[in-house]
Amino acid sequence: MSPTDKAAAASETLRGGPRRRRVRAPGGGRGVPLPLLVPALIGVAFLTVPLVALLVRAPWRGMPEQLTGAAVWQALQLSLVCATAATAVSLVIGVPLAWLLARVEFPGRGLVRALVTLPLVLPPVVGGVALLMALGRNGVVGKWLDAWFGITLPFTTAGVVVAEAFVAMPFLVISVEGTLRAADPRYEEAATTLGASRFTAFRRVTLPLIAPGVAAGAVLAWARALGEFGATITFAGNFPGRTQTMPLAVYLALQSDPEAAIALSLVLLAVSVAVLAGLRDRWMAAG
Amino acid sequence: MTPTPRRNHRAVRTAGAGAAALLALSACSSSGSHSSSTKPDSSASGRLSGTVTVFAAASLQESFTALGKQFEKAHPGTMVTFSFGGSDSLAASITGGAPADVFASASPKTMKIVTDAGDASGTPVTFARNQLEIATLPGNPHRVGSLKDLTDKDLKVVLCAQEVPCGAAAQKALAASKLKLTPVSYEQDVKAALTKVELKEADAAVVYKTDVHAAGDKVEGVEFPESADAVNEYPITLLKGTQNTETAKAFIALVRSAEGQTVLTGAGFLKP
Repeated sequence: MSPTDKAAAASETLRGGPRRRRVRAPGGGRGVPLPLLVPALIGVAFLTVPLVALLVRAPWRGMPEQLTGAAVWQALQLSLVCATAATAVSLVIGVPLAWLLARVEFPGRGLVRALVTLPLVLPPVVGGVALLMALGRNGVVGKWLDAWFGITLPFTTAGVVVAEAFVAMPFLVISVEGTLRAADPRYEEAATTLGASRFTAFRRVTLPLIAPGVAAGAVLAWARALGEFGATITFAGNFPGRTQTMPLAVYLALQSDPEAAIALSLVLLAVSVAVLAGLRDRWMAAG
Repeated sequence: MTPTPRRNHRAVRTAGAGAAALLALSACSSSGSHSSSTKPDSSASGRLSGTVTVFAAASLQESFTALGKQFEKAHPGTMVTFSFGGSDSLAASITGGAPADVFASASPKTMKIVTDAGDASGTPVTFARNQLEIATLPGNPHRVGSLKDLTDKDLKVVLCAQEVPCGAAAQKALAASKLKLTPVSYEQDVKAALTKVELKEADAAVVYKTDVHAAGDKVEGVEFPESADAVNEYPITLLKGTQNTETAKAFIALVRSAEGQTVLTGAGFLKP
């Protein structure tokens, strides 16, 4: 493939051009091979049976009462607001970070990349403790935030956003960085040759080019933030209307009233399916 | 989003992490069931052996760990494994079929979940009682002296969620003294509430005496008279699913013995 072809293919890919090239086995054997089909079906069952079970065992009869409580909507609203805010924070910080990792060569880049994606493997509860150590009232940075600005993050809605962004941003960074690396840097180079500053080139050329990747990353981050539990309850605590998001409400309901917990889970499930399906149609054309 | 080769590479890595997590999970569960199935029948020989799995309330962590060590020393060949947690979630996992031999809960209400489900063998007995205490920062800088002092608006107080025994007890004490307290957080269990004070994120928490005791000098305890209205009883029972009845019974006997009571009162528990 010549460089020109490659560039064309890359841009075509980014524009959402032809992506499915069916590979056909030469002569016969058109069916799906069993060694692939069986595990694939097991995979489908493994991922969907628990959700189906939730539907089967859901207390449908008591559902109206379970869901008319103000506490449910309060928790749902807080979840949506916080997940969206966390995604916004991730976009503002995460996209430039991804650009830095993909486009600028600097010593220790691999280390930086490993460090910023660490929250992906860190147990969220540990992430929450780490946040307390850093941004808590008595934390390494939080001490000064409190002394200089009177800002304390734990036990506040802002704390929830911080916890969710901490856990969700790596998803966005990884997604955007991957897209950036796949995008041809020569478009930017051409723009700068023609007199645009590097920032203008990023804004006018790169950003539109990688928009689908950014959107996909944002959706991933949003979904992760919406389901976030461990870091949130550890860092921000649990208070209805202020820091009690849906996953926290579900967990506590599970302690005393499993039926209420199932009802709450279904609401969360329905909302995320609706939002993701809506976004998928608009942003991410089906692959 | 179109998968480019590089993205695929990432996806594989992420999937790898997921698979590792699954493996870790399955490793946990298999070791759990392992403990109650691979041991010889001990009653025949008269000597105790095998593993006893004890599900116990989070507040019992220090004293039960000590008792477990004593038990293993007194009966070579036995092993006591613990799962500590909120009584409610432990009860939920027992009724959900988790392999456990003994359940020690922090409230009769959570024990009832297990007995109602028919998972207990015999009648649970109370082996200890626990009283609430206020945990404040070391040196009590805010001069908290009573439950009423906690209602001060400038004070960051954490309570246990009402769903867990320590939270229910705190509400009982508050109701009995007709106080209205708005905490900054309802924590998921007593240790989480205490941790918030240990880390100095909260100024005070209402926890058990035993937790204050266990935290050493990281917090300072303040007793309050209203706690007498909300004393928690700790019941213990043998579970139906046990495959090591004799050893499990022996462990319960140790908890209830004078020796066991010494350890428990040493940790701040009241006698039953």
